Amino acid sequence: MIKAILIFNNHGKPRLSKFYEHYTEDTEQQIIRETFHLVSKRDENVCNFLEGGMLIGGSDYKLIYRHYATLYFVFCVDSSESELGILDLIQVFVETLDKCFENVCELDLIFHVDKVHNILAEMVMGGMVLETNMNEIITQVDAQNKMEKSEAGIAGAPARACISCKEHEPPGNAQKHQHW
Amino acid sequence: MALKIVKGSIDRMFDKNLQDLVRGIRNHKEDEAKYISTCIDEIKQELKQDNIAVKANAVCKLTYLQMLGYDVSWAAFNIVEVMSSSKFTYKRIGYLAASQCFHESTDVIMLTTNQIRKDLSSPNQYDTGVALTGLSCFVTPDLARDLANDIMTLVSHGDCVKRKRCSVLIMYKVFLKYPESLRPAFPRLKEKLEDPDPGVQSAAVNVICELARRNPKNYLSLAPLFFKLMTSSTNNWVLIKIIKLFGALTPLEPRLGKKLIEPLTNLIHSTSAMSLLYECVNTVIAGQYCSSVGSVVLCVQKLRILIEDSDQNLKYLGLLAMSKILKTHPKSVQSHKDLILQCLDDKDESIRLRALDLLYGMVSKKNLMEIVKKLMLHVDKAEGTTYRDELLTKIIDICSQSNYQYITNFEWSVSQPVTPHPPGISVSWWTIRVFAVAQMATLLDNAHLLTGSMQRNGICEVLYAAAWICGEFSEHLENPLQTLEAMLRPKVATLPGHIQAVYVQNAAKLFATVLKSQEGNTDSTTAQETSQLMIDRLPLFVQSANLEVQERASCILQLVKYIQKLQQKDVEVAEEVIALFAGELNPVAPKAQKKVPVPEGLDLDAWINEPPSESESEDEQPKAIFAKEEPKHSRPRHTEVDEKELARRREARKQEQANNPFYIKASPSSQKVYQDAPGVEHIPVVQIDLSVPLKVPGLPMSDQYVKLEEERRQKERAEKKKKEKKKRKEKRSGRGKKHDSGPESEEDITPAHMVDIVTEEMPENALPSDDDDKDPNDPHKILSLHFFGPFQVVVSVIFENKCDSFLKSMEFNVLDSLNSKLQRPEGSGPHDGLTVPFQLPPGVSNEARFVFTVQSIVMPQKLKGTLTFIVKDSSTHEKLDFKLHFTCTSYLITTPCYSDAFAKLLESGDLKGSSVRLEGVNMPFHHLLARICFHHHFSVVERIDSCASMYSRSIQGHHVCLLVKTSGQTVSIDAKCDEPTLLGNVLDEIKQTFSQC
Repeated sequence: MIKAILIFNNHGKPRLSKFYEHYTEDTEQQIIRETFHLVSKRDENVCNFLEGGMLIGGSDYKLIYRHYATLYFVFCVDSSESELGILDLIQVFVETLDKCFENVCELDLIFHVDKVHNILAEMVMGGMVLETNMNEIITQVDAQNKMEKSEAGIAGAPARACISCKEHEPPGNAQKHQHW
Repeated sequence: MALKIVKGSIDRMFDKNLQDLVRGIRNHKEDEAKYISTCIDEIKQELKQDNIAVKANAVCKLTYLQMLGYDVSWAAFNIVEVMSSSKFTYKRIGYLAASQCFHESTDVIMLTTNQIRKDLSSPNQYDTGVALTGLSCFVTPDLARDLANDIMTLVSHGDCVKRKRCSVLIMYKVFLKYPESLRPAFPRLKEKLEDPDPGVQSAAVNVICELARRNPKNYLSLAPLFFKLMTSSTNNWVLIKIIKLFGALTPLEPRLGKKLIEPLTNLIHSTSAMSLLYECVNTVIAGQYCSSVGSVVLCVQKLRILIEDSDQNLKYLGLLAMSKILKTHPKSVQSHKDLILQCLDDKDESIRLRALDLLYGMVSKKNLMEIVKKLMLHVDKAEGTTYRDELLTKIIDICSQSNYQYITNFEWSVSQPVTPHPPGISVSWWTIRVFAVAQMATLLDNAHLLTGSMQRNGICEVLYAAAWICGEFSEHLENPLQTLEAMLRPKVATLPGHIQAVYVQNAAKLFATVLKSQEGNTDSTTAQETSQLMIDRLPLFVQSANLEVQERASCILQLVKYIQKLQQKDVEVAEEVIALFAGELNPVAPKAQKKVPVPEGLDLDAWINEPPSESESEDEQPKAIFAKEEPKHSRPRHTEVDEKELARRREARKQEQANNPFYIKASPSSQKVYQDAPGVEHIPVVQIDLSVPLKVPGLPMSDQYVKLEEERRQKERAEKKKKEKKKRKEKRSGRGKKHDSGPESEEDITPAHMVDIVTEEMPENALPSDDDDKDPNDPHKILSLHFFGPFQVVVSVIFENKCDSFLKSMEFNVLDSLNSKLQRPEGSGPHDGLTVPFQLPPGVSNEARFVFTVQSIVMPQKLKGTLTFIVKDSSTHEKLDFKLHFTCTSYLITTPCYSDAFAKLLESGDLKGSSVRLEGVNMPFHHLLARICFHHHFSVVERIDSCASMYSRSIQGHHVCLLVKTSGQTVSIDAKCDEPTLLGNVLDEIKQTFSQC
């Protein structure tokens, strides 16, 4: 079982948090902080497994992470998951994000955390791996986006126009093309 | 209306959407909290509007704020509103928000049941998808109970593959929250293991693996199916899960391990996926005690390749798996010592730590010094404190392993600056104590150089031991005064409290020695100077925050002051002071304290004073004032050690003491005390063996029991005779001529006794001790308690040949019912008989065992069967029909129950009642009770006059409670049980028992 999936940047700012078990908001923040603390002090070329997240799980749980440019992707899993399998899954997740956002960067995750959630939901459900094939995931995500668009076409036209206007504003801190 | 929609849309243009919110937060870095609080106010306004689009937008923003740590549970109702929108876009936003912040105590969750049900059956597969995804995160026991059926429908009738996969996965969550659903759902789940769609199949494997992880026993029967999947599947994810599952199953079933070896080694050789290779190796290791040496060697070879790989991840996993092999095959790992020592130089700390773990197991007499030398080099190089601490701990562990059995050169060991030897060890090393004391004195002398760096990483513990050794064996010190001086340096006050306490106490011992040597001299001033030194230095410790240091220092200070007074009067005190510390300390067994019986009436756990109120202790924060004492000596820990563990340790210690030449045997007198002490270990333990249902209904009634047994046997004999006659008659009439030479055999099957339920075959819940070590909050425990069959029931049948001919080729066959099936070997048909594995000479009886699988224990079963055999003399086939009666009673296990527990059970309200009246029972009440106990496996809880309460438990953990009353010849039994069908049948059986007499 996967107990939590966290994405945060090099400064520990959460970009996505998905807990498959309930914690209070305070505990969640504490877990994110602690995980960041554990992960960030590790060198680049060391192994991607960490034992003993104090708050989450316990001895049966491992933190499995990957570091891409400005972001850390951390999965907290128990011993029923294959370590190398989860590493692959993180890779699939990131590649999928890259496909869906076309050269994904941290800003995409910052502004579209809801979309990242939707993509993740196609891969992992309730802490169990649902799909590992990138093409399958993208097909599902696209189909749902299409549906969203068709719904917006009925009543949301004016609003959509407005949103697209905003999109064309030059983004404040443009780092869009820094990708991994 | 249309106008309203347009107006709403225009309003929306001025609302912030998620992107605006994020941008705003980024632009308000200085006053982020303030900015967010204004945003939350806006969101509250938006949520008040009727327009669902506005609401959805607000909820979307809340989801983001929740990630930043803001509590948004106040908007739970609005989230439900957005969830129930008919539009997929909004529904998805709603479900996402719910999955992020709903949990079991969210009260509006009960409002969602119908909406979710609607979404689950929606024609739009994506609605179903988001509902399942959301539900998987916030499912509660109520939701699980109410929606279990809808999910089951999706599982079996879902037309969309994706929906099917989701619903299979979510079954696990439903089982966790609502364990009762496991029973009806399991067959369908099992079906899905063979689903044509690999995705659905993978989901089913996933769910069963999760279920089986904590209770592998219950899923052993699925092993053949998984075996098939393993050899046929090509999906690595599925393979990994299955192989992991086998890793949990093989320790339970050695035969499985043997069967697995071949396909696993094939996979190891053929696969290119490292993840799969690694899991295969792991599973081979899990079953290694039954696997061949060859396969272990193969594993070690493969692991070596992993460890040598440049990928740090593979290296790490390789070492991890290697440490598992080390436990059982240390030799095969030891040959890779070079590689593991190399890993100590790795730049990755996790890898170094793993390598250290491995080294611990590889130490032998020969290589100890070499390994420790290497480790010491690393200590010097080590940068991170955690790693250095770990290194030092490991060195100490390695050296002290198995009571120092590997250390051949003690002097070498003592000169290692970091090895803190517990005082007991130094006592044992009688021969080297002089040397040890000298070393320790030097250590103390140099302590001030070390303390700064030592304190942080806990090496200062060594000073604790050093101080003690120097004090206790001060007569061996070359220059006791110097050591005394060293021990009283102000710097000592920076050490942890427990070490200071030892310092102070041992300073007093040293003081005594110093006095003695100085009083021998004519000049009395030196002695007085020493006293003065003590008086000057001790007040520092009197002020200590540590209670123990304070107390010891005050006592000693007073003592020294008194001594000084005497000295000033020129009285020689050294002898008397020395007498204070006279007597040698022998090693004390770690558990000696426990052997001292606790005096009657003394409750060690009771508070001496009123415990301080909670608030007080919080205000004062006593931790800051009084250094926290080591919890090592706290009492409750002892009580947790179970009998088995105690016995094991006792045995180990005896062994150790016998082998240890340094062990100083206790004096005879203390030996005696040891034996006489009524310690916990000497209380005889009565093992209650559940494998045989206890049929003895308690001591006071054993007389009746014997009588009963006698009666029963007589009756049975009478019946047997009757039967025999009858059968003979039948045979004569049936086969006319043959009766002269024909067989007159009688195979009796008496169900009351024969149905034996063997403990090994029972599900976990029947073994109360099994669950003790589990976390009571573990959700899987619930599953294990409620998990159902199929159970295996072992029936032992006694075949007795009563005729004069030799019987052979006996075949036992039973017509299976839906509920109960005879287990036949693989490959045989459902109607094939089983060969009885022996022949019967005339007059001989023998016993054979047959295994039945029983689905449910709440219904009695009568199975018809036949026994065919060949009579050797006449070479004719004969046939004998019989009936096997599986009574419900046979699933009850006599379980003692105390009256208060019994009362609680009845009060709990979980049990359903039923009652029965027996008329014309003409026997004494105690006789009646004995009969129920004997025939139906009950135990008497309490008996008052003509009324008694009785208790029994089924192998599935159903409680059965009886209240038996008698007046005249009428007996009324009021009964309660959590399974009404079972109760009804048990009562019928009881009625039957009494109608026969």
